Amino acid sequence: MSSAEKPLLQVTGLRKRFGDNEVLRGIDLEVRRGQVVAIIGPSGSGKTTVLRSLNGLEVPDGGEIAIEPGLHLDFQYPLTDAHRYGLRDRSAMVFQNYNLFPHRTVLQNVTDAPIRVRGLPRAQAVAEAEALLARVGLAEKRDAYPYELSGGQQQRVGIVRALALKPELLLFDEPTSALDPELVGEVLQVIKELADEGWTMVIVTHEISFARQVADEVLFIDGGVVVERGAPKRILTDPQEERTARFLQRLLHPFDD
Amino acid sequence: MDIDWQLFADSFWPILVGGATGTIPLALSSFAIGLVIALGVALLRLSPLKPLRAVGWFYVSVIRGTPLLVQLFFIFYALPALGWVVPPWPSAILAFSLNVGGYAAEIIRAAILSVPQGQWEAGYTVGYSKAQTLWRVILPQAVRVAVPPLSNTFISLVKDTSLASVVLVTELFRVARQIATFSSEFVAIYLEAALIYWLFCLVLAWGQGRIERRLSRHVVR
Repeated sequence: MSSAEKPLLQVTGLRKRFGDNEVLRGIDLEVRRGQVVAIIGPSGSGKTTVLRSLNGLEVPDGGEIAIEPGLHLDFQYPLTDAHRYGLRDRSAMVFQNYNLFPHRTVLQNVTDAPIRVRGLPRAQAVAEAEALLARVGLAEKRDAYPYELSGGQQQRVGIVRALALKPELLLFDEPTSALDPELVGEVLQVIKELADEGWTMVIVTHEISFARQVADEVLFIDGGVVVERGAPKRILTDPQEERTARFLQRLLHPFDD
Repeated sequence: MDIDWQLFADSFWPILVGGATGTIPLALSSFAIGLVIALGVALLRLSPLKPLRAVGWFYVSVIRGTPLLVQLFFIFYALPALGWVVPPWPSAILAFSLNVGGYAAEIIRAAILSVPQGQWEAGYTVGYSKAQTLWRVILPQAVRVAVPPLSNTFISLVKDTSLASVVLVTELFRVARQIATFSSEFVAIYLEAALIYWLFCLVLAWGQGRIERRLSRHVVR
């Protein structure tokens, strides 16, 4: 197989334990360029830990992560700083709580890392940031501080901050879970546009209808293993596994018995 | 008793000059050096490595567990006995810096810990190194938390510098003591010295308020 046909991201047998709690028990995941994978599952299932491992925020105890071309991590060996920077060079993370830098303006939030880390000339970083902010409808907020923005606006800045790093892989950790319900739509709309543009993404989400619309593949994770995976339509409307069916039932019809 | 108001007026300027040329430079330089020590010790205390944490703990424990006057005497009188003669000004600055370092270390450590973990992660995820995250993300936010207690430390330091008069540093209180001894006008002169210290501290408290307002402009109140 030539490297062009290899998946962009290949995760094999990922294992992670927090004390007595084995949160990941051998997770496999494959994401091709341009593909959108949604990970669903109950809280505590390990889905966020998978995502954080892809960005080097969590260090698995075993298994492998490969980002093609050229980055191959085997977690039976200690993770070096070079590995961490490697992961962060290729992927970018959007957090549930946005985690914008509160002491910096919107523009500084977006441009500082491209300037400091990627060595972009300031003028170019600013021009790119302004273009990205305009895309998500926040051009006029460039000099605002995060506390002056709504949650939906803050999360759109969070997405722009990730995009400005020009990652090959975008990681979303429950990007709308902290938002007021009426603000969820504006953020999902932005993510959907990115999917349509061909960005490669892994999204941990509870938004089932969104996953169905946007994802090419859905993984249901429970108890640290992938219980079921496949096309969103099949997983979300006709799950084969009892656990998947029960989870969807609880999520979609929380008041039924 | 009568207060010699003429002496009070005549000595105001010399005592103030003692403050401006002794107390203030001594406090400022010791505070600046002390903050650098404090940041280093705070980072030791937060290190993932146990031996480094132990070193930080030991430093803070010794500094906070011994009187400042004893530290000052040790440096000025005891070190020469061990072969290191330290002149008055350097020994005073050394003692005050080390002392501030111990107290401010705990303030800085707590301030760093007050910044949410998500801010470290956000720094890492955009590609900053640990040092860059600390410097560009964490410390600017920690400063806001640290300024009120650090201001208190500084105000205490300004007053504590009066101890330097016993190791022959010419500062506010040493000038006052000389005038008082020659004139025997203890009430007037020591009242005046107290007044001038108070004046300095009023200015500092005002400055503290300004800095705090400036630093809190990016947070919802």
